[in-house]
Amino acid sequence: MTTLDSSKEIQKNNSEVKETHEDFRMFGLITFLIADGMTFAGFFAAYLTYKAVNPLPDSAIYELELPIPTLNTILLLVSSATFHKAGKALLKDKNSDSQKWLFFTAFLGIIFLICQLFEYFHLPFGLTDNLFASTFYALTGFHGLHVTLGTLMILIIAWQSRINGGRLNSQNMFPLEAVELYWHFVDGIWVILFIILYLL
Amino acid sequence: MTISIDPQKTNNESLQPKGWLRYFSFSLDHKVIGIQYLICGFLFYLIGGTLASAIRIELASPMSDFMPRDVYNQVLTLHGTIMIFLWIVPVVNGAFGNYLIPFYVGARDMAFPRLNAVAFWLIPPSGLMLVTSYFVEGAAQAGWTAYPPLSITTPQSGQIIWILSVLLLGGSSIFGGINFIATIIKLRRPGLKLMQLPMYCWAMLGTSLLVVLSTPVLAGTLILLSFDIIANTGFFNPVLGGNVVVYQHLFWFYSHPAVYIMVLPAFGLVSEILPVHARKPLFGYTTMVFSIMGIVVLGLVVWAHHMFTSGTPPWMRLFFTIATAFIAVPTGIKFFNWVATLWGGKISINSAMLFSCGFIINFVFGGITGVALAQVPFDIHVHDTYFVVAHFHYIVYGGTVFIIFSSIYHWFPKVTGKMLNEKLGILHFIITFIGFNLCFAPQHWLGLNGMPRRVAEYDPQFQFVNQISSLGALLMAISTIPFLINVFLSVRKGKNAGDNPWNALTPEWLTSSPPPVENWEGEAPLVEEPYGYGKEISVQK
Repeated sequence: MTTLDSSKEIQKNNSEVKETHEDFRMFGLITFLIADGMTFAGFFAAYLTYKAVNPLPDSAIYELELPIPTLNTILLLVSSATFHKAGKALLKDKNSDSQKWLFFTAFLGIIFLICQLFEYFHLPFGLTDNLFASTFYALTGFHGLHVTLGTLMILIIAWQSRINGGRLNSQNMFPLEAVELYWHFVDGIWVILFIILYLL
Repeated sequence: MTISIDPQKTNNESLQPKGWLRYFSFSLDHKVIGIQYLICGFLFYLIGGTLASAIRIELASPMSDFMPRDVYNQVLTLHGTIMIFLWIVPVVNGAFGNYLIPFYVGARDMAFPRLNAVAFWLIPPSGLMLVTSYFVEGAAQAGWTAYPPLSITTPQSGQIIWILSVLLLGGSSIFGGINFIATIIKLRRPGLKLMQLPMYCWAMLGTSLLVVLSTPVLAGTLILLSFDIIANTGFFNPVLGGNVVVYQHLFWFYSHPAVYIMVLPAFGLVSEILPVHARKPLFGYTTMVFSIMGIVVLGLVVWAHHMFTSGTPPWMRLFFTIATAFIAVPTGIKFFNWVATLWGGKISINSAMLFSCGFIINFVFGGITGVALAQVPFDIHVHDTYFVVAHFHYIVYGGTVFIIFSSIYHWFPKVTGKMLNEKLGILHFIITFIGFNLCFAPQHWLGLNGMPRRVAEYDPQFQFVNQISSLGALLMAISTIPFLINVFLSVRKGKNAGDNPWNALTPEWLTSSPPPVENWEGEAPLVEEPYGYGKEISVQK
C-alpha cells in the first residue's frame, strides 16, 4: 500500500477545523474478504467431511484428470503477477502500460473460465449424479462466480485507467489496489481448492 | 494514505428531508439509520409477538383446535425467524450500534455511511418477503433451524423464500459487522485509547468479529440447501446419499455464535446503563474486556452441544461439553462485575434500572439452565423439549429484550430530547417481568416431564401448566400497551430532558439532545474515563 500524505486543510462551517482521517477502505475490504473466505471454508469443511464420512460406491469413483486444472492454476498465478505489473505501472503514472497489463490479466481470467467450462462439458458426471459431483460443481462454480466478477471488475478499472478522462492515476490507486487484493484472494482460494479437490 | 473530508461531499444531509420524514429516506446519518433499525425492528417485534400469542392460544388446549397443525408449524417458524433475524439481531446490533458507536469513538459518522444505509435497507424488503410468504403456498414449516430432510420435504416455495430472506438478512448483518469493526478500530478520535472505550464498543467489536466469521458459513449452507430443494442435489438428503449431520454442523457453526451476536451487545448496553444509574464506576473494566473476547473465542468452538443426540461421537461430546462449561467462566465474571457495580451504589429506581436488574435476574436463570444443557446425560433427557424453549427464551427475551427496553428508557431523552413517563415505565416493567416469568418458568417443568416442543398437540396432563404459561404470554402482550402509550405521549408532550438528564459521563451525553447532524458543534470531546463517577475528572475539549 502506498502512503501518501494528501491531508489538506479544509474549511468547515467557516471555522479552522482540520478534519482528516486514515483511508480505511482497504481495511473494510480485507474484513469482507475474511468473511468471503469463511464461506469457502464452510464449503471445504463440508467437502472434507463428506469425503471422510460418506464414501462413494466403487462404481461412482472417478479420477479427475489433471491437465486442465493444472493449466488453470498456472493461468491464475500468472494473472496475479500481471496484475501486480499493472499496479507498478500505474504507480509510475504509465497509464497505457497499466491498461495493457490489466487487459492481459482479464484475458487470462477469461481463458480460465473457458477452460473451466470445457472441463465441465467433458466430465462424465452431472450436478445431481452423486455427492462428490454435487460438491465438485458447487465448489468450482462458486469459485468461478468469483473469477467472473473479478474479470468484470478488472475490465472496469482497465477502462478507468485510460489516459484521457480516466480517473485512475498514481494519486488515486485505491480501485486498482482493491481489485488486485480481491484477485489475489481468488487465486489463493483456487490454489487451496486445487489441492483439496484435485490432489487429495 | 489519508483521506481529507470534503464538507461539500460528505455533508449532503442538507439535501435530505428534515423532521420525521428523514426516517423514510435513504439517509446516511448514523443516528437516523439507528432509529430506522429500531422502529423497523419493533414493527417486526409486534408481528412476531402476535405469532407468539397465536402459539400460546393454540397451546392453551391439548388439541389443535385454534389452527391446523401445518399452520401451527408455519407460525412457529415465522415467529422464531422474525424474532431472531428481524428484531433482536438488527435492533441490538444495528439500532444501538449505529446510534452509539460513532459517539463512543468520537467520530461524526460510521466508517462507511453508504454501506450502512445499504445494510439497513436490505432488512425491510426481506422481512416483508418472509411475512408474506404465508400467502404463497404456506410459509416455511421447518422451524428457524430449517433442518433437512424436513426442510426439503415440506412445500418448497415457502422454504425457498425463507432461505432468500435469511440470506439477505445475513448479508445485511455482515455489512453492518464490517462497518462496526472499521469504525471501532480505525475511526477512533486521536488520543482515545482502546482501553478507554465504553464497554459497548468492546461488546460490538466482539459481536462483529463473530458476525464476520460465522454468518458467511450460514450463507454457504443455505445456498447448498437451496440446491437440494431446487436442483435436486443430495448434499443433505440421505435418500440421495447426503448427510444431514453436515447441515447441522454448518448451521450451528453460525447459529451458536448467533446467540452471542444477540446477547453480547446486551452485555455491553447493560454495562453502560448500570454505572450511570448506580453512580459508580463500572466494576472490573479490564476483566470485562477480556471476558468478552474470551466469549468470542469460546463461542466459535462450542456449536456441537446443540447436536448431542445427532449421533455425535464420544470425543466430540466430551470436547464440546468442556468447552461449553468454560463459557460459564467469562459469563460469570461479567455477572459478578455487574452485581459489584451495583453494590453500595446510589441506585435510582427508574425504568431503565429496573429492566437492567430484571435482565440480571433472568439471565442468571438462563445461564444456569445453559450450563445444565451442556452436560450430555442431562441434554439427552431434555433434548427437543420445552426445557430448551424455556432456556433460550430466558436468554433472548429475559436477557436481550429486557435490555432493549432498558436501553430505550435510558437513551430516549438523548434521541428525542423528551423524558419518558416513569410511572408508565415502571408499570411496563412490572407487567413484563411477571408475564415473562409466568410464561417461561413453568416450561422448565413441562420440559423435564417430557413435553416435546414444536408440536401443536400434547398430553392432556400438561394442560394446567400450559394454561399458566399462556396467561403469562397474555400479560407479555398486554405489557406492550403501556410502553406504546408512553412513547407516543412522551414524543409529543414529554417533559424536556435537557442535554444530560442522567448526569452521565459517556460521550453521547456531552452534546445536545437531540444531537446535531454531525454529532458535535466543534471537535469531539476526549473522554478518558467514561465511568469516572465519584472521581474528579476533566473532559478535555
